[in-house]
Amino acid sequence: MNAMDLLLWSRGPGLGIAIGIFLFGMVLRLFEIYSLGRKRDLAPARTGGEGSGWRTMFTRSVPDRAQFKRSPVVFTTGYIFHIGFFIVLLFLLPHIELIRSISGLSWPALPTPVVDLIAVITLIALIVTLIYRIMDPVRRLLSTFGDYLAWTVTFLPVLTGYMAYHHLLFDYTLMLALHILSVELLLVVFPFTKLTHMVTLFISRWYNGEWFARKGVAS
Amino acid sequence: MTASLQKGINALREVLDAPIASYFSSCVRCGMCAEACLFYTETKDPKYTPIHKVEPLRRLWEQEYTLTGRVKKMFGLSKPVTDEELEEWSPLVYDSCSQCGRCSMVCPVGNDITYMIRKMREGMAISGHAPEGVIGATKRTIELGSPMGIKLPALQTQISKQEAETGLTIPIDVQGADYMALLSSMEIINFPEYLGALAKIFHNAGVSWTLSSEAFEATNSGIQIGVADLARDIVMRIVTAAEKLKVKSVISPECGHAFTALRWEGPNLIGRPYGFKVVHILELLDELRSAGKLKTTGKESEALTYHDPCQIARRGGVVEQPRRLLGDVAADFREMSDPGVWNWCCGGGGGVSANDRAEHLRLTAFKRKKAQLDALGVETMVTACANCRIVLEEGLEHYNMNVKVVGLTELVAEHLVEQEAGK
Repeated sequence: MNAMDLLLWSRGPGLGIAIGIFLFGMVLRLFEIYSLGRKRDLAPARTGGEGSGWRTMFTRSVPDRAQFKRSPVVFTTGYIFHIGFFIVLLFLLPHIELIRSISGLSWPALPTPVVDLIAVITLIALIVTLIYRIMDPVRRLLSTFGDYLAWTVTFLPVLTGYMAYHHLLFDYTLMLALHILSVELLLVVFPFTKLTHMVTLFISRWYNGEWFARKGVAS
Repeated sequence: MTASLQKGINALREVLDAPIASYFSSCVRCGMCAEACLFYTETKDPKYTPIHKVEPLRRLWEQEYTLTGRVKKMFGLSKPVTDEELEEWSPLVYDSCSQCGRCSMVCPVGNDITYMIRKMREGMAISGHAPEGVIGATKRTIELGSPMGIKLPALQTQISKQEAETGLTIPIDVQGADYMALLSSMEIINFPEYLGALAKIFHNAGVSWTLSSEAFEATNSGIQIGVADLARDIVMRIVTAAEKLKVKSVISPECGHAFTALRWEGPNLIGRPYGFKVVHILELLDELRSAGKLKTTGKESEALTYHDPCQIARRGGVVEQPRRLLGDVAADFREMSDPGVWNWCCGGGGGVSANDRAEHLRLTAFKRKKAQLDALGVETMVTACANCRIVLEEGLEHYNMNVKVVGLTELVAEHLVEQEAGK
């Protein structure tokens, strides 16, 4: 199998398999959560908290000021790599072309040098989070194999994409194939690691916001 | 596996629900909850990171309720929950968590970690890993009626004293009264003035109220230790007494966990709504104030602050009421840093103050409150929880701080415009 075969496989059957596992895994995870159910709360709720669960889904993205000051590294790097990752994913011209070819939807791209810079910033932020995870006693104690795996599969697509664009290490065809394979790895691993938080955090925040609102507190 | 461990694991399975599954699925191990917890901030010991305190519960969930966990278990790749591990976790679950709920406000993915620690205690207690002090308090509540072992005669003595002090009758077992008041043992033993304050305020406001000789104790050690059956029995005493006296409402006293137990957990413990309403004393005072039935005169001139009891503010939604009441009786009220729902715990809630093993840690955690008070520089701190009050007083004494702690209801009663006799 040469580089071109690998690229063709990764763009064809490989992508299909990865998306299949991703979708199956996510549906399974959601089933695992909701099938546990919960008891109805018989304590009369305070009034005025309607819709609080939905609100908390979004408000929890903004930290309380005092808390920001207490965990500046986590907040700053966290914001940077999340936003950076999504800008690169959604605003690089070849990515938009791909999305258009699949769904027909498209939107204006950002200039490639800008996305390139954002990719570098994202990689740096991810490296800082990894160092912080290893060096800081709290993060080190909490971390499991899954945390390092999730970090690796998030880091690789950005790194290989950057390398493909700059023709680093391997020739473009092989690097592009590796880039696509790294995305497929991310998709396959996604449902079985903490990466599920991208979806489940909305469930958690809803439960949290609803719980607090019943007690008359905006969380 | 021992029978007690099996029971504990079963209890943990029982508490796992969709919210907890979503919380564990969402946790990214960012560790921000550590900075929200005074047991971490004052010790810098990573084991006090809130989410770490429920690690055995997380593993049990993963191993039994997720596909990946089951596969790992099948290949022997996961560590089962053992008695040794639960014993090691006992100080984390009981000594270093006051159920204050601050981590639940901070978690960026929205995990209600406090809810999980509360649920984890169900498995800890039944498998024999609850601390002695909390077991003792629970036993006394079940056998004698109160965690401090106070029986009716002790209450009657305090009633007589307060009646003599105020010149008012303190009603007991009055059928059809509007309100049935409850007390915490701390109030009966240490702060009986609370009872006198109620008598004065209610007399002036024309509130019909009563105590019950069958259920006067509001605190619920069953909640703190995490045994739902016992918690239910303790709540049921109050429900039975209140429904027998046919009162419209039950007043939860100046005690944080009593309010949580009675107002929020109670109906779920007994499996039905009550035939009466539950109000916290501060909610009632604020209602009376709004209705013009609580008239005060004169204001405290010295600077004072208010310590929000966690279960009343963050976990109970009573935040503005104490501030409105204080506005009437204090000329120089100063807000602490992180007020209201962001308050820092006294360090002794959730059964921590009943747990001798936790004393050193609790006093260390008190450095948070000390720092807040030092920054503010006031010499009077008002609060509305008898447990906070005792814990605060012990902390202040330990650090030789010259700060006086006052109960809000008593402070309001001191400034009451007294009705003329015979009116």
